[in-house]
Amino acid sequence: MITHLLPEFLIERDHKRCIRCKVCLRQCGFDVHYYDSDDDQMLVREQDCVGCQRCAALCPTNALIIKPHPHAYKPNLNWSKDHIRDLTKQAETGSVLITGMGNDKGLPIYWDRLILNASQVTNPSIDPLREPMETRTFLGQKPDKIQVEDGMLKTTLAPQIMVESPILFSALSYGAISYQAIESLAKAATKFGTLFNTGEGGLPIPLRKYGENAIVQCASGRFGVDAEYLNSGVIVEIKIGQGAKPGIGGHLPGGKVTEQVSRTRMIPVGVDALSPAPQHDIYSIEDLSTLIHALKEATNYEKPISVKISAVHNSAAIASGVVRAGADIIALDGIRGGTGAAPKAIRDNVGIPIELALAAVDMRLRQEGIRNKASIIAAGGFRCSADVIKAITLGADAVYLGTAALVAIGCTLCQKCYTGICNWGICTTNPYLSKRINPNIASQRLVNLLQSWSLEIKEMMGGMGVNAIESLRGNRHHLRGVDLHDWELDLLGVRGAGR
Amino acid sequence: MDLHRNLFSGNNVIKAMANMHVRGNGLGGGFAVYGLYPEYKNHYVFHIMYQRRDIKPEIYPFLVKHFNVAKDEEIPTNPSKAIHDPPLLWRYFLTPKTEPQFSDEYVVEKVNALNTDFEGVYVFSSGKDMGVFKGVGYPEDIAKYFCLNEYKGYIWTAHSRFPTNTQGWWGGAHPFNILDWTVVHNGEISSYGINRRFLETQGYRCALHTDTEVIAYAIDLLIRKHKLPLEVACKVFAPPFWSHVDKMSDVEQKWINAIRQTYSSLLLNGPFTIIMAHHGEMIGLTDRIRLRPLTAGIQDNKLYMSSEESSIRLISPNLEKVWTPQGGEPIVGRLNQKVTTHSSDIIFAKVKT
Repeated sequence: MITHLLPEFLIERDHKRCIRCKVCLRQCGFDVHYYDSDDDQMLVREQDCVGCQRCAALCPTNALIIKPHPHAYKPNLNWSKDHIRDLTKQAETGSVLITGMGNDKGLPIYWDRLILNASQVTNPSIDPLREPMETRTFLGQKPDKIQVEDGMLKTTLAPQIMVESPILFSALSYGAISYQAIESLAKAATKFGTLFNTGEGGLPIPLRKYGENAIVQCASGRFGVDAEYLNSGVIVEIKIGQGAKPGIGGHLPGGKVTEQVSRTRMIPVGVDALSPAPQHDIYSIEDLSTLIHALKEATNYEKPISVKISAVHNSAAIASGVVRAGADIIALDGIRGGTGAAPKAIRDNVGIPIELALAAVDMRLRQEGIRNKASIIAAGGFRCSADVIKAITLGADAVYLGTAALVAIGCTLCQKCYTGICNWGICTTNPYLSKRINPNIASQRLVNLLQSWSLEIKEMMGGMGVNAIESLRGNRHHLRGVDLHDWELDLLGVRGAGR
Repeated sequence: MDLHRNLFSGNNVIKAMANMHVRGNGLGGGFAVYGLYPEYKNHYVFHIMYQRRDIKPEIYPFLVKHFNVAKDEEIPTNPSKAIHDPPLLWRYFLTPKTEPQFSDEYVVEKVNALNTDFEGVYVFSSGKDMGVFKGVGYPEDIAKYFCLNEYKGYIWTAHSRFPTNTQGWWGGAHPFNILDWTVVHNGEISSYGINRRFLETQGYRCALHTDTEVIAYAIDLLIRKHKLPLEVACKVFAPPFWSHVDKMSDVEQKWINAIRQTYSSLLLNGPFTIIMAHHGEMIGLTDRIRLRPLTAGIQDNKLYMSSEESSIRLISPNLEKVWTPQGGEPIVGRLNQKVTTHSSDIIFAKVKT
């Protein structure tokens, strides 16, 4: 069948600059560039280009420009180029469209409509370069009160996990991402004093030395789960849902299941790893409670148990149930959260923005007097330090970074994670590609990211006149809304700017 | 505070406040007096402000329904040009219609109800043998208005306001009170939003539109409901920095971890000096990095605390001791006890193993 698809990207090569070094040829896993020895020039198969910019970034003479292809259908406000393209693909394949990374559909981003406060005159702003500024955060269940008898402290705290900054790495599973990528995340979390999350792909034995900084996930596929694995991290997370694909499980194509992935996930080499949509031992809230307590038993009540849910319409009530079922942490993943592979229809249409879900969950737990029973980790497309501090101010204890962390080590959001080919060495298990990540360098990039965001958060905290992050947590007086409807202001629990 | 519980008149306190005239702008002044009503010392005394005179008859049935009213009267005043549009201020000597062991909680509930369910009605104070007098004006004018030179007490706290958060109004003047706890506050609580949200989940209703209100409720929660020692409550408000905690002993770390993790929403952040009082104790505390001044002095068993040393020296020129505490270190004056200037030794007694 002849394809009706037009190329997505236009590749412009400045032949005067090109020195035929073939870096582009070697770097492109999609075989876009090839060398014509008769004419001594580099040529391209444009229709295969995904726009990842790897060749352009590594071209020593800056000879390449990759840009969205300017070809256009007759303008039509109803039938967008995207719609026509997707429809054409389906007509040619008869398949569910798969994509990678988070929703790119331009839903309202509430972070951009929330603005922060600063001190003027009546309370001095605090300079974080000269005064202590505390971002240390503890994850886990907190008691209602502490008990003191005859001057003695009688209260023993439930297990708490301390992080120096309320920024954690989100679940990114081995197999979906390369060994080098997960090692980089583990190293960075350890060096900086925060946590990484194994996702559902298990934790390779050589990486268990980073267990003090690991959240180990237990998802519906139970890949790599045994007693030793559960005890290798500091938090166990039950994955119910993921923001990019609420209602369905993970998809790892067999092509990515190498020998080492197979050993870690405890599945045969080359076989698709398809996680069931539900956890088959959780068909109700009481089943969840059973699993939470089974995991507490398995880890000797020494580790907080987190439950990750995708942000959906009824998140507040669901979260309340999850807390009452015994979760010590709730991870909420919004509609802009990333993925290695998800049906495009689901990624783009299912779930709600994290801002609204977070505000509703925090409010609901407070109304029920159980906010202290669980920490809240918000996830789903945090782009910058301001997004993080706004999430804390809405009520989150900490946030998960997935996409942002991957961008720090090279990802350019080409959304081809599901192909198994990633020219940046991140979302692939092909050793030729994955060795492009040097965990020493990549982990330093991640530490730099955490450090710069933390410094910016401290600057903004100081500006607001607070020197401990807990004074900002849920302190919505420091937020105001712009360009928001009354129902949105009401749900977010903030006043309009100027009020 | 007279540490031997000798009563003294308000004259010196008023003089000291007048000395700090320029710290206020005339939009709020107030006083709390302890040992005020010895002849009714087992009665809860409600000082109630009515924004309009016609509201008062609506409240009486509420009070009679829930309390036995031993006596009620208009709070004596001495109208002057300095005080504009004063509201009606009335005091009631009450015993709750409930079991004695529940009476404090009962009173807190009724005060919350009066403040929030009735428009234009605010309870200025609700403790036994004490009272709050406050309004819009400079403190020395407010003192004259309420004839405070005629009252005697063993603890006096006072405040001069320069409002920045909310407008100057009678209910917004300090001290703030619940039961016999009062708070005067120099500063601004930047953590107010979360302090308030937390207290609301604990059943408190904030009605006075001012950040200081939360401190009164927070101290009530920690001391009366959660039965924490005062020094622990002070560590909730102004805990040591983690960089400091990391160098402490295991026992101390356990305390601070428990305090900071359990009560993180009650940390008072932003610049403050507060003087809290209830029967038998007067406490001075600043924020952790002391963004507001606090000076203490002692002479002849009298403990003085003030934003300015000059106002203490004015009324007690030959101080035995005068000092400025570290940020976040409470000064605690207790009847018949030596004044403590730092609390660590007391709270880090022993942790259950």
